[in-house]
Amino acid sequence: MMLRINKERCTLCEACLSTCPFAALERVGDEIVVLDTCRLCGMCVRNCPVEAMFIEKQGEDLTEASLKETRNVIVIAEYDNKQLHPVTLELVGKGRAMADQISGELACVLMGCDCDKEATSLLEYGVDVVYLYDHKAFGHFTIEPYTNAVEDAIRDFEPAIALFAATPLGRSLAPRVAARFRTGLTADCTTLEVRENGELVQIRPAFGGDVMAQIITPKHRPQMATMRHKISEPARPRHNPGSKVVRRELTDELLQSGITVVNVQKRPPESSISDAEIIVACGRGVGNRETLGLVEELARLIGGQVGVTRPLVETGFANYRQQIGLSGRAVRPKLLITVGVSGAVQFTAGITGAETIVAIDSNPEAPIFQVCHYGLVGDLNEILPILIDSLKG
Amino acid sequence: MQIVVCIKQVPETKTVAICPETGVLIRDGVDSIMNPFDLYALETALRIKEQLGATISVISMGPSQAETVIREAYQMGADRGYLLSDRAFAGADTLATSYTLAQGIGKIGSYDLILCGLQTTDGDTAQVGPGIAEVLGIPHESNVVEIVESSLDQVTVVSDLGTELHTKKVKFPCLLTVTKEVGEPRLLSHRLRMETKNWPVVTFTSQDFSGEKKKYFGLSGSPTQVERTFPPESNRDHEIWKGSGSELSSRLIKKLQELRFVGGAHDAQN
Ligand SMILES: Cc1cc2nc3c(=O)[nH]c(=O)nc-3n(C[C@H](O)[C@H](O)[C@H](O)COP(=O)(O)OP(=O)(O)OC[C@H]3O[C@@H](n4cnc5c(N)ncnc54)[C@H](O)[C@@H]3O)c2cc1C
Ligand SMILES: Nc1ncnc2c1ncn2[C@@H]1O[C@H](COP(=O)(O)O)[C@@H](O)[C@H]1O
Repeated sequence: MMLRINKERCTLCEACLSTCPFAALERVGDEIVVLDTCRLCGMCVRNCPVEAMFIEKQGEDLTEASLKETRNVIVIAEYDNKQLHPVTLELVGKGRAMADQISGELACVLMGCDCDKEATSLLEYGVDVVYLYDHKAFGHFTIEPYTNAVEDAIRDFEPAIALFAATPLGRSLAPRVAARFRTGLTADCTTLEVRENGELVQIRPAFGGDVMAQIITPKHRPQMATMRHKISEPARPRHNPGSKVVRRELTDELLQSGITVVNVQKRPPESSISDAEIIVACGRGVGNRETLGLVEELARLIGGQVGVTRPLVETGFANYRQQIGLSGRAVRPKLLITVGVSGAVQFTAGITGAETIVAIDSNPEAPIFQVCHYGLVGDLNEILPILIDSLKG
Repeated sequence: MQIVVCIKQVPETKTVAICPETGVLIRDGVDSIMNPFDLYALETALRIKEQLGATISVISMGPSQAETVIREAYQMGADRGYLLSDRAFAGADTLATSYTLAQGIGKIGSYDLILCGLQTTDGDTAQVGPGIAEVLGIPHESNVVEIVESSLDQVTVVSDLGTELHTKKVKFPCLLTVTKEVGEPRLLSHRLRMETKNWPVVTFTSQDFSGEKKKYFGLSGSPTQVERTFPPESNRDHEIWKGSGSELSSRLIKKLQELRFVGGAHDAQN
C-alpha cells in the first residue's frame, strides 16, 4: 500500500502537512511529496479539502514459508438473496474432493443478508467451516465489501487453494482478490486436479492456440481458479460431524464502498442451453440462414435446443446465449449432435460433460472426429434433409 | 475530467502459433486489430467527453507495433496515447499485466475514470480490468451494459450479473469494464487521420519505473506458470461412418433409436 497524491486536484493548500502525525509529507517546489516515514494512517486523506490524496492498495506476498503448511481449500459461494447458485454445490463437490486428497479442511465463504439457513445447509454437503458474512451491505453484490470479506476469510483460514465460480460475479471478484494477495488466477479451467504436495494443476485451452495448457502457481498461495457451471459434479450430502458456521465480525472498514446500489432488476430465468438434455450444435459449415433453419427443425424433432460456435455469433447468425465453448457456455447434455463444427479446443472445452457426441462434418480430418463417439463423414446439406424426413415420417 | 482507456492489440485470426517450450503465444505474422470490446470502451469515453468535456488518454501494453491501435484511437477522438513497451514486460500473466498497466496509468497523471473492455479475444479472462482497479485501490464495476448518467464526480451504470441487472452509482475515481451493449463504436475519421498523423505516442519502458517495481513486471512478476502444453485428448472409443447421405442418415437414426433418444426402436427391429 502507498499514499498517492493526485497532482491535478492538489491546490497546494498544505492542509495535509499540518495534519500528518508522522511529518511524512513535505512540499518540494510545486509538489507535495510523501516520505518513507508515512504510516498510511489516512489522516491526510480524510482531511484533504479537495480529495487529492488516496491510499493505493497493493497486495502482499503470502510468504513462501507458509507454503508447506497450508492444506486447506476454500470455495466462494454465490448467493443472490433467494437461493444459492447451483454452481456453488459444484465448487463444494470439487473442493471437498481436493481437501480429502491432501488431508485438508474445506471452508466456504457465504456473503448475503439473512442467510443463516443457507449457511447451515452447506454443512450438509461436506463443508467443514462456513465463513458467514451476513449484513445488508452484502444483500447485493458490490465489489469492495465482497473482496474484503473474502480477504478476511482467506487470512483466517489460510487455504492452499481458492475456487470461485466463473459467473459474472465470480469473474469480477476473483481477479480482485488475486491481485490483493498478488497470487495467480486461472480462468475457466476445464480440469482441476491437486497433487500430493498441494499443488493445483489447472488445465484449460491455451490462450488462443489449438492446444491445451497445464498451468500451475508454484510459489504463491492461495492458488486461485474460476470454474464454470456444469464442468463438475455437484456435491452429495454427507455426514460431517464437527462442522460449523462462523459468523464473522464486520467492521465499518470492511463494509465501506464507493458504490451504491440504486436498483436491482431480476431477470426471468431464461431457459439456457446449459440445462438442455439434447443439443444440436452448428458451426460455420452451416453456411446460410436456410440451413440454420434445417438445424432448428432437426433440434425440434428430437426435442433438443440449438447451440452454435463462436463464428456464428460473431457474424450475427445467432445469439451469444447460444454459444458453446470457452467464451460461451459449458453444456452437459445426454446427446450432442454437432453439424459443420470443426472442433477447435475452445469449442470442445465447453462439451467435456456431454454423454454422447455425434459429429457431422465433411472433412474427415476435422478434430471433432477425435472427440465424438459417432462421426458421420459427409455433406450436411445432403444428410440433414434426409434425416429430417425420416424423423418426420 | 480525465479518462483513461485501456486498449489491447489482438490477433485477428485464430491461427496463432504457440511456443512449445514456454507455452507463450507467438504473435508474428498475424494480422492485428484493436480488441473489439476495447472499441466499445473507447466509444463510452468519447460519449462522456462529448457530454461533459474530458481528456481521453489511451494506454496499451504490448510490442512497438501496438502503436497502430493507439493511432486508431486517435482517429476515433482520443487525445493522448501511451505505450508500455519493453522486453521486461513480456510474458506477463493477468496479474503482471494489471500491475504494469496500473503503474503506467499512475505515470500518466490523475484520472477520474478508467475504462476497459470486458475481455480480450485472445486472453479471454476478463481479469485485467478488476486487477488494475485493485492495484490502484479504486472501486470497479464489471459487465457494464449501460451508462445511465455521468457527472463530474460519479457515474450511474447498469451492469449485467446474469440473473440480475444492477443499477449502481460509482464514485470517481473508478474503473468500469464494458460489454458491447453500451453502444456501437464510431468509425475511424479520415479528417482525424490527417490531423493526428504527427501526434506523438509516449512510450514507457521498465526504466521509467523505480527498481523495486521491476520484479512485478513480465514473466518474473507472473505467479502462474505454463508447465506444458499438449494436444487435446482423443482417447475415446469412437466409430467413424462413411457413406452416402441416406446411408449415414439411416444409420444415425438406428443408433438414436437404440440409445432411446428417438422413438420407434421396436418398430425398426420388427
Ligand atoms: C480466446 C478464444 C476463445 C474462443 N472461444 C470460443 C467459444 O467459446 N466457442 C467457439 O465455438 N469458438 C471459440 N473460439 C473460436 C475457435 O477457436 C474456432 O475458431 C471456432 O470454434 C470454429 O468454429 P466452427 O467450427 O464453426 O468453424 P470452422 O472451424 O470454420 O469449421 C467449420 C466446419 O464445417 C465443416 N463444413 C463445411 N461445409 C460443410 C458441409 N457442407 N457439410 C459438412 N461439414 C461442412 C468444415 O469441414 C469444418 O470442419 C475461441 C477462440 C479464442 C482465441
Ligand atoms: N496488454 C494490454 N494493454 C492494454 N489493455 C489491456 C491489455 N490486456 C488487457 N487489457 C484491458 O483489459 C481488458 C480485459 O482483458 P483480459 O483480462 O485479457 O480479458 C481488455 O479489454 C483491455 O481493456
